[in-house]
Amino acid sequence: MTAVLASSTPTDPRRRPPLEVSFSRLGRSFGTSSDRRVVLRDVTVDIRPGEVLAILGTSGCGKSTLLRAAAGLDTPDAGSVLIDGTEVRGIDERCAVAFQEPRLLPWHTLQANVAIGLPKSSSASAGKAKVAELLKLVGLDRFAKHRPREVSGGMAQRASLARALARTPGVLLLDEPFGALDALTRLKMQDLLLEIHAAQPTTVLLVTHDVDEALQLADRILVLGSSGDGPGSTVKDLIPVPGARPRDRSSRELAELRRHLLTLLGVAAH
Amino acid sequence: MTAPTTVAAPRSRNRGSGSARRVRGALLGLIVPSLLLGAWQLSSVTGTFSAVQLPPPGAVAAAGAELLERGELGVHLGISTQRVLLGFAAGAALGLTAGAVLGLSRTADALLGPTIGAVRAVPSLAWVPLLILWIGINEDSKVTLILIGAFFPVFTTVSLALRHVDRNLVEAGRAFGLTGFRLLTTVQLPAIIPAVFSGLRLALAQSWLFLVAAELIAASMGLGWLLSDSQNNGRVDRIFLAIVLLALLGKTTDALLGLAQRWAVRRWA
Ligand SMILES: Nc1ncnc2c1ncn2[C@@H]1O[C@H](COP(=O)(O)OP(=O)(O)OP(=O)(O)O)[C@@H](O)[C@H]1O
Ligand SMILES: [Mg+2]
Repeated sequence: MTAVLASSTPTDPRRRPPLEVSFSRLGRSFGTSSDRRVVLRDVTVDIRPGEVLAILGTSGCGKSTLLRAAAGLDTPDAGSVLIDGTEVRGIDERCAVAFQEPRLLPWHTLQANVAIGLPKSSSASAGKAKVAELLKLVGLDRFAKHRPREVSGGMAQRASLARALARTPGVLLLDEPFGALDALTRLKMQDLLLEIHAAQPTTVLLVTHDVDEALQLADRILVLGSSGDGPGSTVKDLIPVPGARPRDRSSRELAELRRHLLTLLGVAAH
Repeated sequence: MTAPTTVAAPRSRNRGSGSARRVRGALLGLIVPSLLLGAWQLSSVTGTFSAVQLPPPGAVAAAGAELLERGELGVHLGISTQRVLLGFAAGAALGLTAGAVLGLSRTADALLGPTIGAVRAVPSLAWVPLLILWIGINEDSKVTLILIGAFFPVFTTVSLALRHVDRNLVEAGRAFGLTGFRLLTTVQLPAIIPAVFSGLRLALAQSWLFLVAAELIAASMGLGWLLSDSQNNGRVDRIFLAIVLLALLGKTTDALLGLAQRWAVRRWA
């Protein structure tokens, strides 16, 4: 599988190099002035080009909101997001998003849905080949002609991942991309993501609430949550994960880190 | 005016039983018209009504055959259908365009919405004198009146439906670089196809309504003219003929549009 990817890499001139992402004192609140709810406060973090950053946090703490700011789908009301040194203003074409829900167009086949992710400049034949390759990669080649409603939720989510990958982005924003997958497919897709990342380096921001997934995939883990006495979530911790991937799930170092993360998330570790 | 229901019948894998059900449905639908026809025939045979009040079905058919032989019926049918199709097509195209613009742009809606709403509030026949003075008693004025009738149902359904397109899908489209016209044709229009067809079917019904209005008032041929001319000559048989033909034409064109709707809903929804 890696061979397929590697061989396609040099023939793809539109590939973007991995880009640096910096959140700088980012804040976001929702609601009217009388009923203001702070969701994110003072989030500052620099993500190196090519790094895989996992974002952990309890439900509703603002993980999706943070990704949306990076994609330019949402405008923060304080601070800024820089990609490769330039500020994100409006939809940023250097990014590709796999949303928390698959969000596929129901009237298109999976194949056509993935094709929507292709960069504008790609030629028809190269695009077609790319789509076929990606569908194969996420294990959906036999379902290329199916409509989203004809496949399972997990398959739709994989198609959504393929659509984001089709963009060959400088920054890949993944919002719980494996959330709807069964444990086995989840492990397979995690491996796949690592393979893709090794073959086509890109900066990955991966939202998850699975601590083990974060430990397996990430270079560093960003824990979002309330901290100090201010309202809303901010960076609670930013932890480098030791060891090269694939990591030994049973190592003591990781077990300790897992315990630490679970404590941060407010779950009693066993 | 009742909205034609959007038939999104569950797709049956078993084509045989599906078509059998459709045939059965069609047969069931024919029962009441047949009974009506029978009652009509019976009442004229028993003399409940005089032949002047209610000519028997045979007489109506004979009147039709006579006009057909003289070559007039074909002319009436042809010109009426042509007017409806032209007015409907133009009105639907304009309605779709205006509906798209006002449904997508808050500014355009704020700017033009009240005006279009006020124009819609004018009972459409109020335009007739103006159209006749401005355009004259000719094809253009009739087609324009039908256009007005077809415009509003399409405009209203399209502009309303566009405001309720799944925001998540639109956002996904925008996130992948779709904007403006491409976003409209890739995400928004396909999402409202069922609503568009409901609007189109309403518009088609309106078109036939406005056709008769236009032809009753100022025409020298067409089914509406046949109605008013027969009224003046006391030809009740021809009045019935025109009414039956309008029913058949209206039902046939609506059924064709219904077929297109079923195909489109299956394709796009
Ligand atoms: N457009 C919006 N308008 C109002 N409130 C919003 C909006 N978007 C997000 N929020 C609020 O911001 C908070 C964080 O939402 P967000 O979707 O970022 O959470 P999350 O961390 O991704 O949660 P989950 O793990 O459940 O997906 C929530 O309380 C939500 O209600
Ligand atoms: Mg979320």
